[in-house]
Amino acid sequence: MSAPAPILAVQGLARHFAVHNSIGMRSGTVKALDDVSFDVKHGETLGVVGESGCGKTTLGKTLAGIHTPDFGVALFEGVDISALAGAERRRIAQRLQYIHQDPGNALDPRWTIRRSLEEPLLTHTTLPRAEREARIREILTAVGLPATHLDLYPHELSGGQQRRVGLARILTLKPRFVILDEPTSGLDVSVQATVLKLIRSLSRSFDLTYLFISHDLAVVRMMCDRVAVMYLGRIVEIAPAEELFTNPRHPYTRSLLSAIPQIGGRRVTDTFVLEGEPPDPGHLPSGCRFRGRCPKAAPLCAEREPALEPSGAVHATACHFPGDARNA
Amino acid sequence: MSWTLAFGARMTARSLLEVRDLRISFGTDHGVARVLDGVNLALKRATIMGLVGESGCGKTTLARAILGILPPNARNDGGSISFDGQDLLAMDRTKFSRDVKGKRIVFVPQDPYSSFNPLFRIGQQIMELMKWKSPRRTAGERSLGALLTAYPKARYRIDRDAAMAMLREVQIADPEQAFAKLPGEFSGGQRQRLMIAMSLMTEPDLIIADEPTTALDVTIQAQILMLLKRLAKDRGVSVLLTTHDLGTAYEICDDITVMYAGQDVETAPVEQFFAAPRHPYTARLLASLPSATGEVREIGGEIPNLIRAPNGCRFHPRCERAEPSCAQTRPGVDGQRHIVRCFHPLAVREQAAT
Amino acid sequence: MRGFRQVLTKLVRDRSALLGLILVAIVVLAAVLAPVLATHPEAVWDMNPKDRLLAPSSKWLLGTDRMGADIYSRVLFGARITLVIAIVAVGVSLLIGVPIGLWAGWRGSWIGEALMRVSDVFLAVPQIVLAIAIAQTLGPSIENVILALSLTYWPWFTRLVFAEVRRLKNETFIEAAIALGVPHWRIVLLHVLPNVASPIIVRTSIGMGFTILTAAALGFLGLGAAPPAPEWGRMISESREFLPEAWWYALAPGVAIFIVVMGFNLLGDGLRDVLDPRIRRAHDG
Repeated sequence: MSAPAPILAVQGLARHFAVHNSIGMRSGTVKALDDVSFDVKHGETLGVVGESGCGKTTLGKTLAGIHTPDFGVALFEGVDISALAGAERRRIAQRLQYIHQDPGNALDPRWTIRRSLEEPLLTHTTLPRAEREARIREILTAVGLPATHLDLYPHELSGGQQRRVGLARILTLKPRFVILDEPTSGLDVSVQATVLKLIRSLSRSFDLTYLFISHDLAVVRMMCDRVAVMYLGRIVEIAPAEELFTNPRHPYTRSLLSAIPQIGGRRVTDTFVLEGEPPDPGHLPSGCRFRGRCPKAAPLCAEREPALEPSGAVHATACHFPGDARNA
Repeated sequence: MSWTLAFGARMTARSLLEVRDLRISFGTDHGVARVLDGVNLALKRATIMGLVGESGCGKTTLARAILGILPPNARNDGGSISFDGQDLLAMDRTKFSRDVKGKRIVFVPQDPYSSFNPLFRIGQQIMELMKWKSPRRTAGERSLGALLTAYPKARYRIDRDAAMAMLREVQIADPEQAFAKLPGEFSGGQRQRLMIAMSLMTEPDLIIADEPTTALDVTIQAQILMLLKRLAKDRGVSVLLTTHDLGTAYEICDDITVMYAGQDVETAPVEQFFAAPRHPYTARLLASLPSATGEVREIGGEIPNLIRAPNGCRFHPRCERAEPSCAQTRPGVDGQRHIVRCFHPLAVREQAAT
Repeated sequence: MRGFRQVLTKLVRDRSALLGLILVAIVVLAAVLAPVLATHPEAVWDMNPKDRLLAPSSKWLLGTDRMGADIYSRVLFGARITLVIAIVAVGVSLLIGVPIGLWAGWRGSWIGEALMRVSDVFLAVPQIVLAIAIAQTLGPSIENVILALSLTYWPWFTRLVFAEVRRLKNETFIEAAIALGVPHWRIVLLHVLPNVASPIIVRTSIGMGFTILTAAALGFLGLGAAPPAPEWGRMISESREFLPEAWWYALAPGVAIFIVVMGFNLLGDGLRDVLDPRIRRAHDG
């Protein structure tokens, strides 16, 4: 019995940036994405977490076609989108969409909301005006905004409303797969709850699959089915959400989780132990890139970079000495 | 435990900072925004107070009012700010700039990436601060204006040693080398450490930290909060920490004040604040935090526009306990250590439900 | 367009911008209504030696010149020439410079750099020297003045647009449009260009002042319209031999140039303050 093919299958995806020194000469390479592989099943929400420089935003933008990958393959609905270019790549946008960290900024400040919402339809469809208007209104209702907002400009809306418009714009094309890049960052707590509720209900009504990129672990825990943890361009652990939070195996994941304040519980400032900062991404250490800060570092860690294993398993870790919370 | 703290504990619990009924408005293109509407705040010595609220609540404006750095279109409509017994708003501006601002009350800003001048080395910027605000600067030193006044050599050496010691305290490796570096050569976390170091060098009584860890990753945030808490407690320095992140407030604050749309609505010691909030807004706010159960609880409605703010209690349009009296007048202060401004606060029994 | 009215309202509030607007309006009206406003419309082009070099009076409002023509009327008609030269020269510069800047900025890479070097070359050419060269070859005329001015002014627009487009390419909403699959030509025309419009408008206004000044200088050197055309620069040139007795002769066209250039400069500055969203936000506090 074979499971249905994943809607997105990423294999060995890599994207490198050249680093230039002060006189413009190339002094190194930053591997913003380095050998990233994972699958996303239809209808699930996969969370991608990590701190700044981990590559999660680069991952989102590369899958969305804003950046082109240097290596690797990304199969979307069976088609390798990493190899496409030009008009063919643009056509994929109808089914695979990307929402920016700050969707308010993703709207042209000089365009009315109506015009911004119409643009995807004008680009990808040949619907006549009446139908476009109908579709726009339908979507606007789905995101909980009144039709009167169509004639406003982005700066006349609140942050939460701008985000809804950003969501609406993507949905006008009725995509299958949506990449959400930090959908709640910068939002007030009360507005965040509303946006998350909306994201969830949209997933049901539009039958969406999500890639949920966020640095906010509490939100990810609540919204995602599975979670991948990234560090300096690689996935270091991937597991079902609850499993990851209750039984993290990679030392970095454990440090990350222990750094989150938990209201009513132990104080992070009393117990937190991770020292130092991530190494310069242009000059990564040999072997495992976390070994400089890892409490378990051993000689093996400097020799060989650990791979994500067991490969294809439900809970996989990229570490030579993955631990169990029980063993600590 | 340093002797300062022991001494401070023996002093009376007289407030270090008292804000009474502060009203501030901004003139904008669209009308007058009443940004602070009769705000009260009391901060004792050697305590860390969290000032919590969502956008538009006025916490940043309050912090700036205390520091005296409000924008030019701000108008003081009433109220007072009293620091160590002195009225800050009435104080002579020169005296304020020389003795209080940047010296006894210091500021740690939010964005570590824009808080330093990128063109000058860290050492230069630190010593420039010490030239004017060092605790060893006496009133007797003559000043010929910013450009002509010299830095007395003896004091310079002592100040420099003190600065180095401070950098070591904030865990900057090799302070000598750090002095020679440009701000761009440090990471965000390191810059916040430098900022904290600079703020403590003047031996202040009060640090106002405006969202000091918002721009940082969560692991770096944990380090910075630990540092701030330890240094403040060791030196008996009070901290007013503004944040929209309740987790951060929980971590290091002794007391928490929550603000909504320019009004202070509740003040409580940290444990009580989270376990037994009394103001409906506080309760709803805590309930809307991401929860392990996966349930999403929102607060209906939107934060009001400060130009056309509701009368009375500004939360009343969104409050399920509101009655006509809530729209008439602002609720008064109720309570001693746990203060609530509400006509229908949640009673102690009711917290079990939230 | 709602934005237009907002801009106008804000502009009017800034006093120096308002002054600029008024001055420009005065000159434009003078040019348009010259036949109506002139006291001696016929005397602009005819010769009337018996009335030559008369001081200002109720009959000859600003005096007469060496041909006996009414200076006031000549100044009014001269406004037409001045504005035509400025509008056409700046207009052509716009039409050449903006598309090149858009293309160079959007494409980037070596094409963009090459185009910028080309514009640098044109920028280095001194306008007056080029105008003289053209006049020597093709003969002095208004058309040749316009040619010289256009050839040397278009790089200003190109550089401006190039810098703005490069900056805009990194804006989130442009990235979002790319992610949506919008074709590049649409993005450039409908997203990039409207957002570059503000600096272009400001540069246009300032460019008008700059161009008028240069055109007057060229007229002064005798490179512009042939006499008896009432070109302001030429009028000043003619007046030289009659100074300082006939003081009114140079004053009128000189003041006219001053008014129109200052008007466009003040207007340009005012527009810059109004249209720049960063400065606008500072005012809002």
